[in-house]
Amino acid sequence: MSVKTTITPRVGVYICHCGINIASTVDVAAVADYAAHLPGVVIARHYTYMCSDPGQDLIKQDIAELELNRVVVASCSPRMHEPTFRAVITEAGLNPYCLEMANIREQCSWVHPVGIQTTQKAMQLVDSAVAKAVYLQPLEVRQAQVTQAALIIGGGVAGMQAALDIAEAGFQSILVERTSKLGGHAAHIQRTFPTLEPVADLVNELSERVARHPRLTRMMEAEVKRVDGYVGNFRVEVGNNHRVGDNHRLTEVQAGVIILATGFEAFDARLKPEYGYGVYPEVVTTPDFEQLDTDQMRINGHEPKQVVFIQCVGSREQPWGEKGKHEPHPYCSRVCCMVTAKQARLVRERLPSAQVTVFYMDVRAFGKGFEEFYDRTREEGVIYRRGNPSEIIRRGERVVVRAEDTLLGELVEVEADLVVLAVGMTPRPDMAELARLFNISRSSDGFFMEAHPKLRPVETAMAGIFLAGCCQGPKDIAESIIQARAAASAALIPLMRGQVQIEAATSFIDEELCSGCGQCALVCSFAALALHPRLGMMVVNPVLCQGCGACATACPSGAINVHQFTFDQVMAQVEALLPGSQTVKTNVEILICL
Amino acid sequence: MLQHKSLLQIESRQFAKEQGLFACIQCGKCTGGCPMAIKTKLNPRSLIYRVLIAGNGFSLEGREELWDCTTCATCYSRCPKQVNPMEAIIAMRSAFVEKGRVHPNVKTALESTFRHGNPLTMLRADRAAWAKDLSIKAIAEGAEYLYYVGCTPSYDPRVQQVARSLVSILQRAGVDFGILGTEENCCASEVRRLGEAGLFEMMVEENTALFKELNLSKMFTTSPHCFNAFKNDYPKNGLQVQHYTQVLAGLIENDSLKFSGEFSRRVTYHDPCYLGKHNQIFDEPRTVLRSIPALELVEMDRSREKSLCCEGGGGRMWLEGTNPGTRLAQLRVQEALETGAQVLATACPFCLLTLDEAVKHQKAEERLRVMDIAEITAQAL
Repeated sequence: MSVKTTITPRVGVYICHCGINIASTVDVAAVADYAAHLPGVVIARHYTYMCSDPGQDLIKQDIAELELNRVVVASCSPRMHEPTFRAVITEAGLNPYCLEMANIREQCSWVHPVGIQTTQKAMQLVDSAVAKAVYLQPLEVRQAQVTQAALIIGGGVAGMQAALDIAEAGFQSILVERTSKLGGHAAHIQRTFPTLEPVADLVNELSERVARHPRLTRMMEAEVKRVDGYVGNFRVEVGNNHRVGDNHRLTEVQAGVIILATGFEAFDARLKPEYGYGVYPEVVTTPDFEQLDTDQMRINGHEPKQVVFIQCVGSREQPWGEKGKHEPHPYCSRVCCMVTAKQARLVRERLPSAQVTVFYMDVRAFGKGFEEFYDRTREEGVIYRRGNPSEIIRRGERVVVRAEDTLLGELVEVEADLVVLAVGMTPRPDMAELARLFNISRSSDGFFMEAHPKLRPVETAMAGIFLAGCCQGPKDIAESIIQARAAASAALIPLMRGQVQIEAATSFIDEELCSGCGQCALVCSFAALALHPRLGMMVVNPVLCQGCGACATACPSGAINVHQFTFDQVMAQVEALLPGSQTVKTNVEILICL
Repeated sequence: MLQHKSLLQIESRQFAKEQGLFACIQCGKCTGGCPMAIKTKLNPRSLIYRVLIAGNGFSLEGREELWDCTTCATCYSRCPKQVNPMEAIIAMRSAFVEKGRVHPNVKTALESTFRHGNPLTMLRADRAAWAKDLSIKAIAEGAEYLYYVGCTPSYDPRVQQVARSLVSILQRAGVDFGILGTEENCCASEVRRLGEAGLFEMMVEENTALFKELNLSKMFTTSPHCFNAFKNDYPKNGLQVQHYTQVLAGLIENDSLKFSGEFSRRVTYHDPCYLGKHNQIFDEPRTVLRSIPALELVEMDRSREKSLCCEGGGGRMWLEGTNPGTRLAQLRVQEALETGAQVLATACPFCLLTLDEAVKHQKAEERLRVMDIAEITAQAL
């Protein structure tokens, strides 16, 4: 069906010991010896750490001396060191796409015991990588110019901090806020934990800096209506919420990067009718408590004598299948334990004679200074009782919290003048709409999904779109600031470089085969495919394409291939893994017959 | 004695797995809301914990409190982790039933269900006696709906009035329905909740075969217990199952039910567990009551999801429980009296009987009357 690359492949194979990570279970010398006899292989070596400087030098030296034109490194996952080895062969004068990696660590040595079979599997993986390497094609690495501005959506603490960092670094920063006020949820909080500082000071300082900054533009009472373009060149239509007659005034904003800081919504306690929120005036939520005048705390005209806090309201729960009227909130909202401790402290401070009881399931005081704050809260006389209350009912003037004190193993009824429900953080109701607008994913909890939970926590799968604050998951103020600054610094990379490298391993279309049916466009998550208006066939926007390959599998005519994962390359890789393919001669024949 | 003990053991690890108990985080919401936990030893949370830590053998010996559970569903409707303590308790009861270690009343009810198709030791031949003079179609003649009457409305003189009232409403509204008459068999809801899984399976097969033979597409029931069994416990067979309050609410909505009279009383409504907490039917019964001319509907503090169980479910119609002292129905009547209501309305034969009993016990007959929604509706026609 197709031919090999026009030049004769001269492959170098490098087997890494990864210290003892690979070498203790895989016979690396045997693998190297095996690889040396594979078709097209000129040299096969093994070394302690291929990623180390001497390891890299080995590869560079061989490329120069043995005129290698393809390199296979058998080591860890390509997610770890593919960029390293691509850089190595580029320095030695090869195209970076002439590298293939065999993952003999995560997919072999780490998951199998010592033994001949493990070594054989490593050989097969190397065999397969070499088979593909023979078919590799050099690809052109292209660059796109970056608009020197960032668009930040959401004017809470995270959005303000990210916008400030971008502006401070010398770039234009455009902050879009849907309301008329900056500060988000934090603007409605009295004091922080664990320091009990007034939050107003913190929020005001940030919003004043935002207002003053010469490179920072605020767009208040505004929302994003449309997003176009790609990393480096986003064109975003922002509409003013302030309706002038029937017209929303639309402004087009150009930005190289986008940071989403759209925040969260507090759990609606009315969804738990057993607590009577909205029915009993004595039952409030933690955000409501922040609005109470704590100097003159009055409920029903009286100073409360019995105050009960209930934790985990709308967090850590899986509602019953069809009965669940609202979305499940199986996650811990992370802030409620400390919010409760803080508010309990405030009650102790203002109403020294009041009895304060906190009903909890587990106290999660994981942050810096949190456990100490929890200690202090108990020392000041706040009583923690273990058990998640089941219901609140009315009894005369007061309400009664019914719970099992699980440490006593007894059902208790605690009368209260004030009950505070520590409501969790939930995704905003417009998350689905925003995700669609920006073409990004949401995780099962409904919040925006980061590109990788550990390695790429502030990026999204869409290049150039970053996440900050609670739109990615529950966070306290400190964590929101941390993520905002991380998102800003990640977003600054393309801004500072001025140009972005565009993924070369994109899909491409065989004009002869494409009928323009558009199946590919339906499955594309990046809006990279469109029908050519005149040619009647699909075209790939190589800047938007992330090379995921969904279009290639969807195409009914087999017209779409993905560079670096072409049918020839993948089939060669698969054939090499099939039984019987390990004899060198048969292998060659199969490759040619394809 | 030792051998006796081993008889009442469950394989706790397997049991915990089957019942999904490993998901439990011991928050205590089940027990905190349990209407029985406050007056007996029943503690669903601690029971689960004991099963979890038992290794592989958990003895049920002496756990008489398992028979206190009314299967009101509060425990599982509050559970944040989808654990169902109520079902675990039912499964534990099975161990008692298998060994024949049950209260004589339970034995009688189960035997009667097996022999006569009702747990009330009544004769099958008398099942349709209540309907003799009402000219109701036999379902075999063909009708849009099957009216599944149920055992208590068929035999209990007090609850027969409910069935008769319902028939008069439906006939007035021109609903095409028929009954099974002496062919009708117990739905076995209580059989299942008493832990007699084998007999339940048998009854399900018999009833399913009968419904299939009649080629039914829609049915409604008097009792929320029968309704729940057919809707949730029986295999799905495309049959539309409704509680009669849903049918009435539908008739009111499409103007097929007109009132020429009125019911000028202050009424409070007690949500039956098997209608409310089990099936989220809170609104239809209230829709019916609100549509009745001159009726003033007032709510008790514990209503809808928070409704207090009457203590008649889960086989408790035949069992005292370990604390026969203050009945929940008595508390409930007290709550109804506090609203100033003259009528305590409900829509369940068991609730009707337990609440009626409690009103008598409290000598409150002068102040409060317990009535079924069907009876109230019929009076206002």
